[in-house]
Amino acid sequence: MKCLLALLLTGYIWASYAQTAEVVKFGELQKVMMAKNDTTYVINFWATWCVPCVKEFPAFRALAAKHKNEKVRVVMVSLDFASEKDKTLAPFLSKHQIDARIMLLDEPDYNSWIDRVEKSWGGEIPVTLIVNGATGIRTFFDHDFTPVSLEETFTKTINKQQ
Amino acid sequence: MKKISKFQSYGIVALTMVAGLLMSFAPGKSYKIGDSVADFKLKNTENGKYVSMASFPNAKGYIVVFTCNHCPFAKKYEQRIMDLDKKYASVGYPVIAISPNDPAVAPEDSYDELGKRAKEKGYTFPYTFDETQTVAQAFGATKTPHVFLINKEGGKLILKYAGAIDDNTEDAAKVTKNYLADAIAEVMAGKAVTVTETKSVGCTIKWKQS
Repeated sequence: MKCLLALLLTGYIWASYAQTAEVVKFGELQKVMMAKNDTTYVINFWATWCVPCVKEFPAFRALAAKHKNEKVRVVMVSLDFASEKDKTLAPFLSKHQIDARIMLLDEPDYNSWIDRVEKSWGGEIPVTLIVNGATGIRTFFDHDFTPVSLEETFTKTINKQQ
Repeated sequence: MKKISKFQSYGIVALTMVAGLLMSFAPGKSYKIGDSVADFKLKNTENGKYVSMASFPNAKGYIVVFTCNHCPFAKKYEQRIMDLDKKYASVGYPVIAISPNDPAVAPEDSYDELGKRAKEKGYTFPYTFDETQTVAQAFGATKTPHVFLINKEGGKLILKYAGAIDDNTEDAAKVTKNYLADAIAEVMAGKAVTVTETKSVGCTIKWKQS
């Protein structure tokens, strides 16, 4: 019995540390983009197959770590194929820890939602959206970041309207 | 993408004409729907021969698709692109595939690798290499795959549709909107194309670092 308990406990601890992606529809992402609270959301659209996305992943990890105790939430929106997530996203996330909300956006008809994120966006990744419902900030970036450029851009963006 | 009234469309036509005049002084701008496009001359990686749209004198138009070897999205569409040529070449709309990527960034997309893939899979259409990337720039291609439907009208090559092939990259069996096929059907029926542009996720074109 003790043994079983220990096993369950180990499993519980392991599960609470393992990062998993929520598979979501556009409405769930919309809730984050339209949130009216005073948290700043840094929303990165990426995929494990996208080389520049993977390269800039550490920039988002650094930003999330640095602003851990502030009202800042990094949201990583993966566009990996939902049917292949166990082969693509899951192994990536087990190797690359990040203090972020991780979503896999399962919306195959890209044309139906790309404009609702940003009119000027053609669908290329990586792109990043910084939003804050309370201050009305909504800025879209169609380029990749280094840890330094992301931190600078983030600071500039949130200070613009405060 | 949206339905527009006749008056709005006249306005758009007028604006397009003005924009067209302005754009002729601004090199580097890409084609818009309704524009007359210039033919290109690219090397077919399957046999080293140059290919142009004019190489298909009996064609009524062309399915120009920017694609490549390395991109997972292009891979997902490979069979569908092969099927498009089988279905539409015989009715006058052959496929011309163009890989625009810089092999220095994507080694799988080198001239030799492209040719190898085409031969292995038995492509029935030319798989060309846009080494200078000027054709991709002229068309305003941004990703792979990115498809452009051209129709011959009064001796001109008119751009009718640009964007995605359909609405499901992941699974061909789950496609509900055949954007390209619908556009071809409308063009063949002499109708205006309803959905002229669609957006899609894809791999960015690997541009040369200048």
